Amino acid sequence: MVNLSVALCGIPLENPIIPASGTFGFGYEFAELYDINCLGTFSMKGTTAQPRFGNPAPRIAECPQGMLNAVGLQNPGVEKVISEELPKLKACFRKPVMANVSGFSEEEYVQVCQALDAQEQVGWLEINISCPNVHGGGMSFGTSPEAAARVTRAVRAVTRKPLLIKLSPNVTDIVSIARVCQEAGADGLSLINTLLGMRIDPRTRRPVLANETGGLSGPAILPVAVRMVYQVYKAVSIPIVGMGGVSCARDVIELMLAGATAVQVGAQNLVDPLACPRIIEELPAEMEKYGIKDLNEIIGGAHKWEKM
Amino acid sequence: MVKQVFLKIEQNQPLTDTVCQMVLSGDVSGITAPGQFVNLKLDGLYLRRPISVCDLAEGRLTLVYKVVGQGTEQMRTLPVGTILDVLVGLGNGYDTSKSGPRPLLIGGGVGIPPLYYLCRRLLAEDREPTVILGFNTAAEQFLAAEFAALGVPVIVTTVDGSAGKKGFVTDGMAGVDYSYFYTCGPMPMFRAIDKVAATGGQFSFEERMGCGFGACMGCTCKTKYGNKRICRDGPVLEREEIVW
Repeated sequence: MVNLSVALCGIPLENPIIPASGTFGFGYEFAELYDINCLGTFSMKGTTAQPRFGNPAPRIAECPQGMLNAVGLQNPGVEKVISEELPKLKACFRKPVMANVSGFSEEEYVQVCQALDAQEQVGWLEINISCPNVHGGGMSFGTSPEAAARVTRAVRAVTRKPLLIKLSPNVTDIVSIARVCQEAGADGLSLINTLLGMRIDPRTRRPVLANETGGLSGPAILPVAVRMVYQVYKAVSIPIVGMGGVSCARDVIELMLAGATAVQVGAQNLVDPLACPRIIEELPAEMEKYGIKDLNEIIGGAHKWEKM
Repeated sequence: MVKQVFLKIEQNQPLTDTVCQMVLSGDVSGITAPGQFVNLKLDGLYLRRPISVCDLAEGRLTLVYKVVGQGTEQMRTLPVGTILDVLVGLGNGYDTSKSGPRPLLIGGGVGIPPLYYLCRRLLAEDREPTVILGFNTAAEQFLAAEFAALGVPVIVTTVDGSAGKKGFVTDGMAGVDYSYFYTCGPMPMFRAIDKVAATGGQFSFEERMGCGFGACMGCTCKTKYGNKRICRDGPVLEREEIVW
């Protein structure tokens, strides 16, 4: 028997598999397809203070080994998440859930975190300072170390729940941002969010997405995620939730070797709705293949080969 | 009910230069209403491709699709016997309970296929449907004979007048007595129908989708009753809720 269980910021996870925010809604679509209690946890749809419609359509584009999305943080707003989504979720999910928070100002992040901090079902707060599809918010907080530190400090002050900061890969030096988030009180880091991309349709000679640009996800970005998790692991002592292009158990092991304590699965849920239970099922055999008895042994395992 | 199933291609042949018909066999029990769609996984493409259900029988599914891009181009080349990974039972589908005695079915171009299974269901419910099919030219016509074979009145319109009545589907609607309408086709056609239609009706929309089952919010539109996901709360919307 192998051990799949890990702990993320002090909360045990039966296994490290976590569907990523924005690819899993509030859980029910998937609860119709399988018992979502098999998951480590899942990260809920990014939540803002006010309801948001998001961007005009088209919001989705095909890419080689991946996809672009420019949904633009469509969500019902934190009040409805608390009054409607969380009670509905209680009926199909009995584990602590990860709440994903977005905002357009420091005050908004604080307001949403305060409201979610009071919810017993919420295990972790994951602060998205890396959404590439909104203007004047999201990624603008995650691309400057000063702004990232300010948001982290502000939300740290209003919650005692484990605080994860979700980082953008669209930066010159992700390590410096990771460092300031740790210094500002983050309990962990989630990385990576999507990479900013674009497609143009030769037939119409126009951008495919109405928003022109969107976030690239899918297997195409796995190597970028592995590299960034590896670099950040070297620089921080707080746990990392790794994500980006994960589609199979092998990818999970790779990200954990790079330094991830847990692993989120994003775009793959959309094309293969049973991806997460399949990965969880595949993990023990995949671990045995590589002589792994306990996943905890391999977290950051690739670093022991570093040159002194 | 949404289900992931593996279906075998039994037939795959062209109906016109750009429109093809694919018959699949396997567990299609997840499909419950006309107007629903399936989402196909194709080799080398990341996102699945949503295709409307044209006809359904026990263990048998017919898709009629237009070759417009990478996905449908690949579909055209798939040989009989190929096994496809398919999500079935997607979307709300048409609600036949609202049809009244004489529903009108209006299809434009590649929007026509889902109306075929709808027509069969309405006939099974003892309704008397009339069908209007709009094409650009006679050469682009498909499924007209199949509708006629169901024994329903079929009015064909072509933009260039090379078959049927010259003009648009709205020209075909003039003089038809109907109790309700169901339509699928391009947006300009929808707007024209909305201007002239005398009754309530249902429109089936198309949008680029991520997942096809309601998770990604990739295909959300605004309606009078709030945001709806075309893939999950649609693709069929009622006339009175649509924001034009």
